[in-house]
Amino acid sequence: MATRRLPPLALLACASATGCSGWQSALDARGSGSRALEALFWPVTAALALVWLAVMLVLAAALLRRRRPVPAQAARRSEIAVWAATLATVLVITVLTVASHLTTRHISRAAADPLVIQVRGYQWWWQVTYPDSDGTGAVVTANEIHLPVGRQVRLELSSADVIHSFWVPSLTGKQDMIPGRDNQLTFVAETPGILRGQCAEFCGLQHAHMALLMVVEPPAEFEAWLAAQRQEAAPPAGPMLRDGQRIFEQRPCGACHRVRGTAAAGEIGPDLTHFASRGTLAAGVLPMTRGAIAAWIADPQTIKPGNNMPLVPLAPDELQAVSAWLASLR
Amino acid sequence: MSSDARPRGLRDHQLDDAAGAEALERTWRTPSGWRGFFTTVDHKIIGRRYIVTAFIFLALGGILGLVMRLQLAWPEARYLDPDLYNQIFTMHGSNMMFLFAVPVMEAMGVYLVPLMVGTRNIAFPRLNAFSYWIYLAGGLLLWISFALGMAPDVGWFAYVPLSGPQYGAGKRADIWAQMITFTELSALAVAVEIVVTVLKQRAPGMSLDRMPLFVWTMLVTAFVIILAMPAIMIASTSLILDRLVGTHFFNPAEGGDVLLWQHLFWFFGHPEVYIIFLPAVGMISTILATFSRRPVFGYEPMVLALVGTALLAFGLWVHHMFTTGLPRVAEGFFTASSMAIAVPSGLQIFCWIVTLWYGRPVYRTPLLYVLAFFFTFIIGGMTGVMVASVPLDTQLHDTYFVVAHFHYVLIGGAVFPLLGAVHYWFPKITGRMPSERLGRWSVALTFIGFNLTFFPMHLLGLQGMTRRIYTYQAEMGWGGLNLFVSLSALVLAAGFLVFFVNLGRAARHGEPAGDNPWGAPTLEWATASPPPPYNFAMIPVVRSAHPLWDDEEVLPVASGLRVDRRELLVTRVTDARPEARESSPRNSIWPFWSAVATTIMLISSIFTPWAVVWGAVPIAIALTFWFWPRGMPEEES
Repeated sequence: MATRRLPPLALLACASATGCSGWQSALDARGSGSRALEALFWPVTAALALVWLAVMLVLAAALLRRRRPVPAQAARRSEIAVWAATLATVLVITVLTVASHLTTRHISRAAADPLVIQVRGYQWWWQVTYPDSDGTGAVVTANEIHLPVGRQVRLELSSADVIHSFWVPSLTGKQDMIPGRDNQLTFVAETPGILRGQCAEFCGLQHAHMALLMVVEPPAEFEAWLAAQRQEAAPPAGPMLRDGQRIFEQRPCGACHRVRGTAAAGEIGPDLTHFASRGTLAAGVLPMTRGAIAAWIADPQTIKPGNNMPLVPLAPDELQAVSAWLASLR
Repeated sequence: MSSDARPRGLRDHQLDDAAGAEALERTWRTPSGWRGFFTTVDHKIIGRRYIVTAFIFLALGGILGLVMRLQLAWPEARYLDPDLYNQIFTMHGSNMMFLFAVPVMEAMGVYLVPLMVGTRNIAFPRLNAFSYWIYLAGGLLLWISFALGMAPDVGWFAYVPLSGPQYGAGKRADIWAQMITFTELSALAVAVEIVVTVLKQRAPGMSLDRMPLFVWTMLVTAFVIILAMPAIMIASTSLILDRLVGTHFFNPAEGGDVLLWQHLFWFFGHPEVYIIFLPAVGMISTILATFSRRPVFGYEPMVLALVGTALLAFGLWVHHMFTTGLPRVAEGFFTASSMAIAVPSGLQIFCWIVTLWYGRPVYRTPLLYVLAFFFTFIIGGMTGVMVASVPLDTQLHDTYFVVAHFHYVLIGGAVFPLLGAVHYWFPKITGRMPSERLGRWSVALTFIGFNLTFFPMHLLGLQGMTRRIYTYQAEMGWGGLNLFVSLSALVLAAGFLVFFVNLGRAARHGEPAGDNPWGAPTLEWATASPPPPYNFAMIPVVRSAHPLWDDEEVLPVASGLRVDRRELLVTRVTDARPEARESSPRNSIWPFWSAVATTIMLISSIFTPWAVVWGAVPIAIALTFWFWPRGMPEEES
């Protein structure tokens, strides 16, 4: 995966290439957590596979051995064998328990000054907030988290409705988002690139379509991205985009979505201020292209049945204008 | 000669064999036709019914599994919409756990335990009849709701708040919760019957250390049921209350707690796994002993391992909640306890291998199923150790790895032994032998089909495929393995089909089995196949753990029981010394009507809390008739 910048084309290229099948894999570690877990996974798997093999071999021997009269010491020998095997079991699980415990301790070691990002689960999308740490204003976005490479990150996880579970396997293990509780995850993203995650706890109709992207960037690019996200939406250039914004504000769109710098100030759906800067729309369902935006607005219930975005009837030229405007929100 | 003309208090030793059998037949028989169908309290008829019903639910649940595999065979398939898919996976899980696995294990106990301990009927036979009708009603409730398109869609563990009043629309979650009430009610009833049958009705001389291992497993399982089920009944009742009358047990906005549901559910849900697995352990021990022609090695360690597993089963529930954000100490404790369950399980496996080592294995179908068990279940045990580790579980939890793991444990650990056991006891139940050739085909197809279906799921889970998704995008790269899995599922289904065809054919055309076709050592083989309504003409007396091996020619018997009324022998808990002659209830229609009344009340209470009030009236009437004295000889004592 060579993609460092985010343009949708790169994503599409990635999606079509088979080499990308590792972008949501517990066995393709790109973060401190997953690396520690992978380092535990393989030895444990190997040890257990050996145990299984040993038991199978003894079983095969028991079935295939030549039958002789049962010797007088059989009971005593069997007893010793059974107790030895049981003791070996105790030993194996003791070692594994200690190894587990050490890994957990290693993973949850916290750095002094982590980057804090709040992630809130909604049916069926993710709200991402970079809190205002230095008076320059918070950044709210959705379904895509940008991270600086090499710096410890603390995700503060919560849920607005039902239980969700935050899981980006290439970075670290999953953590549930539970209404009425606050959970967190700490990890360091170790290589730049785009990773995928998706909700791991069944959360209703569109649980299958609740994905997100993690964009891991060099620190300078991350800071530039964050600064750009702090800006309000750029004023529309040209009559078509102006029309698009006006329609968005006047029709029900603005009642659910916020676009900072415009009259649209809804709180229910994802913040769309820099909508087109993201790689996907509808929580990972479609690539971010103008055509996909138009298709989504025209018929959200066929693309993602049961999601909370209603169909807002628009005339063809209105649909053109709104999707053109949204595609300009970079 | 009418029964009135007979002298009262006629005992079995006062008659010759033929006359005794005839008198017992008259006393214990179930009338033919519809009347007998609804009134019988014979544990064999009810047990058979239970087993057949449970296997019908298995077939239905299996078909749902195939439908899911059709949807998942290709990325972005559109055979099922998400709503239907969610209903189907919820139905599959709930059906398999609550309508198949637990009932079928108890059903085997209902049929076999009274025969294996040498008594004439199960304790509380009318309760037994009642429990079957309640179970059937719960199953019908779930499946009729599915046929009407209003089946539960919240998963078999129905996590709140998704299943709560705010997010679970309609009556779907209520139907799920009430189905739980039905099945738990019947499971608890059977558990009580089994405990009393085992502890008080064993044949004279069958002290605790001479009890067949299968009976031990059913006894321990029954205790686990009695201790675990109340947690789920509290949970499902609280959920219904939250939904019906607005209590806030699980609503964090009103001081309730979402995680409370998970604790209550899994405090039951984990022991549930052992409720399914422990009887299978008993089946394996039974089959292994018979087909390696020697007793299972290590009787005491086996029993201790059973009890140890049952105790540990109550200390593991939190390992289903490792990703909810628990304190570190709790994580460490539950990791250790979850891994510790490997010790008693391992001990049992080692004892079985030693049994085979010094035995002379006879490779008939039941033993082949047990060998399939060893191969698959131990893989499930190994992946179980992996998910017991908190850090590994954070990657594996809620993915297809876990789907693979629990199918390895449940199908490998419980269903394979069960299929072997059904094959093994089929001659006793029907009097006819199943075909060995078809039996081997079914073992081969289910074993190969199972492993090809479920092993790749481990890899899918590691590649990030989460469970309970109705589709996935092509770019995830999961398409190839999923197609392979779906095709393999057809092989597995073919194996089950052969199994059903074999038994269906054998039930009509099988070779007559005789009393003891396998040369087995336990008491159920000491009577005819199928057993007469009274099980044993004379109650056997037991002098060893393997009476039919050690007393080869004639089994000693106890006499003195009356034949003109239903009477059985009550013995002491520890050494089974006879204590009393006790009457056993006659057939009655009232367990059926009580179940109907209970069903009406429980289903109506999904819609209005007042149903609990007015619905209690018919139940009270039915119960009154159930217990009303009728001047039967059974009421004398």
